[in-house]
Amino acid sequence: MDLAGLIAFNVLTGIATLVLITLGLGVIYGMMRIINLAHGEFMMLGAYTAVTASGAGVNIWVAMLILPPLVVGAIGLVLERTVIRFLYGRMMDTMLATWGVSLGLIGLVTTLYGNVVRGVSTPVGSIDIGRYGASLYSLVIMATALGALAAMFGLLRFTKFGLILRATMQNPRMAAALGVQPNRIYMATFALGAALAGLAGGVLAPISGVSPAMGAAYIARAFITVLGGGPAIVTGTGLASGLFGTINELVSFKTTPVIGDVALLVAAILLIRVLPQGITGRYLRRSL
Amino acid sequence: MTIPLSSAPWRSAAGFLATLALGLVILFGAPRTLDTFGLVQWTGFAALAMFGLSQGFIWGFAGVMSFGQAAFLGLGGYAYAVSVINIGDSTVPVLLAIAVPMLFAAILGYFMFYGRISDAYIGVITLTVSVILFQLVNATSGSQYRIGTAELGGFNGIPAIPALNAPGFPDEPLDNEGIWYAAMGALVLVYVLLRAVLASRFGRVVVAIRENETRAQLIGYDPRLYKLLAFMIAAGVAGLAGCLYANWGGFISPTVFGLSMSAQVIIYVLVGGLGTLVGPMLGAVLIQALIIAAGSQSLLDSNLGLGLVLDGFVLLVPQGLVPVIRTLGLRLLQRRAPRPGPADGAAGLATERAR
Repeated sequence: MDLAGLIAFNVLTGIATLVLITLGLGVIYGMMRIINLAHGEFMMLGAYTAVTASGAGVNIWVAMLILPPLVVGAIGLVLERTVIRFLYGRMMDTMLATWGVSLGLIGLVTTLYGNVVRGVSTPVGSIDIGRYGASLYSLVIMATALGALAAMFGLLRFTKFGLILRATMQNPRMAAALGVQPNRIYMATFALGAALAGLAGGVLAPISGVSPAMGAAYIARAFITVLGGGPAIVTGTGLASGLFGTINELVSFKTTPVIGDVALLVAAILLIRVLPQGITGRYLRRSL
Repeated sequence: MTIPLSSAPWRSAAGFLATLALGLVILFGAPRTLDTFGLVQWTGFAALAMFGLSQGFIWGFAGVMSFGQAAFLGLGGYAYAVSVINIGDSTVPVLLAIAVPMLFAAILGYFMFYGRISDAYIGVITLTVSVILFQLVNATSGSQYRIGTAELGGFNGIPAIPALNAPGFPDEPLDNEGIWYAAMGALVLVYVLLRAVLASRFGRVVVAIRENETRAQLIGYDPRLYKLLAFMIAAGVAGLAGCLYANWGGFISPTVFGLSMSAQVIIYVLVGGLGTLVGPMLGAVLIQALIIAAGSQSLLDSNLGLGLVLDGFVLLVPQGLVPVIRTLGLRLLQRRAPRPGPADGAAGLATERAR
């Protein structure tokens, strides 16, 4: 019974982690149909922001939850203005450009910080589940993931900005005819996606080694989850995270985390054979 | 009516013959002019140029955005390494290095192409597959992970891989010069074969599908099958490149599956020119020479340099060097001998771009 509780707790943590690392990617993909290949590096920048800020004496919660989205969002904004915006309408070139950005950021951070692994200590202790102990930090991850999902839903569903975002997503030309500037919206979307990636990096910094190449450890899972989820940002990310997070955690528990990732990939490839557009490409198409 | 010398079929044939001649000159000239170090370096270039050919074929001609071609390079390299350690004679391992990636591509491609997923999804799935293969092979350290007598070695890779030998003589491995002839000879051969494939009916259908998938389908071709076969051919070429790569250093490690390997080969094609076979080979030599030059200084990280080159080309020269040079050359030709109508030149430029 205790073991079942522990496994359930770990599955929830896995799902929450997937939600966190995927949401930023999902926002950019859902809105602009671009897979941002620099996503992992945006997370890496978020983690570095957290490490640097907490090293400089900033309160750990501020360093993890507030600063990374702001800093990385700003970086995303700059990159969108300097690189990405020239390539709209050329999807493959956009993806290649984000890949170039990804390599460039790895190289830049290696040059600035060196190719070493850093870390921040976890700010909270552990809890007991029956006879087992689990990290209380998992609850922080769950809360952040839930908060981010809820905030995205609220933003899209209840604000004027969200309405304009959805309108631009559905029909950019019509939106432009009604006085919206799609380029502005894309700019904001890219920055928002980058900020969410930064948040994920900041929150995950205490439980993962922070190094220039850390993004590669997460992107495989994030890409798979976005593909599995399909075009709807909140529902897609949520459902796919639930499905893949469960598979990943259960297989990882039985074998090793690497085999868990392999199982995730196999599940995703089987899924896209049946649902090429992802879950929300077929079901719940009108959801957000 | 005679076909003008600057028309497409003539140009294509001339380009093919020029490339073939250059390849043969390099093949036989390099051992006579370079020292051993230079020759070994050029062997590496030949292996990577073949890797470039694989990406250039699948992306430039079949229009399939494979972002994870390194998966097949790695599978080929590992298939060769594992089987040659077990068997000794290198004939079967070379064939396995081609067959294993092709088989893997057949399975993966079936799910991707028959699922009819979008181009972006294909890019992401192939990328993800290579990342996960990297993680998988990376996690095989320890003596329990072995295939036959070959230990996979995890992050450290497989050292001391026996070199190629003449079929049937496993005790007489080739020396550096022999490996050069094998690698460069294979490169020339694969180039000729790919040109033959592209000139065949099959190749024309593949290019037609790249140009307009719906139209090709309406005419009666099955794009899924043709894309799958093209994907398998490219995987086989990448696998052979992996085999040569393993021979080049006598060593293979999980980095062959890595993201930077997949990125590098994309950059070869982008720099050299999409829709050509010469371009990716030239791009490979150019970029590798740059990386080696960059490695001897510590100012600029090589990843940073690659990223800048990639973004620079996507933004400024998206068609790559070979098409740009070809267009410039043609313009010079046409200025010297004015041919009817500016529309012809413009149309030529447009098809050049479309490629």
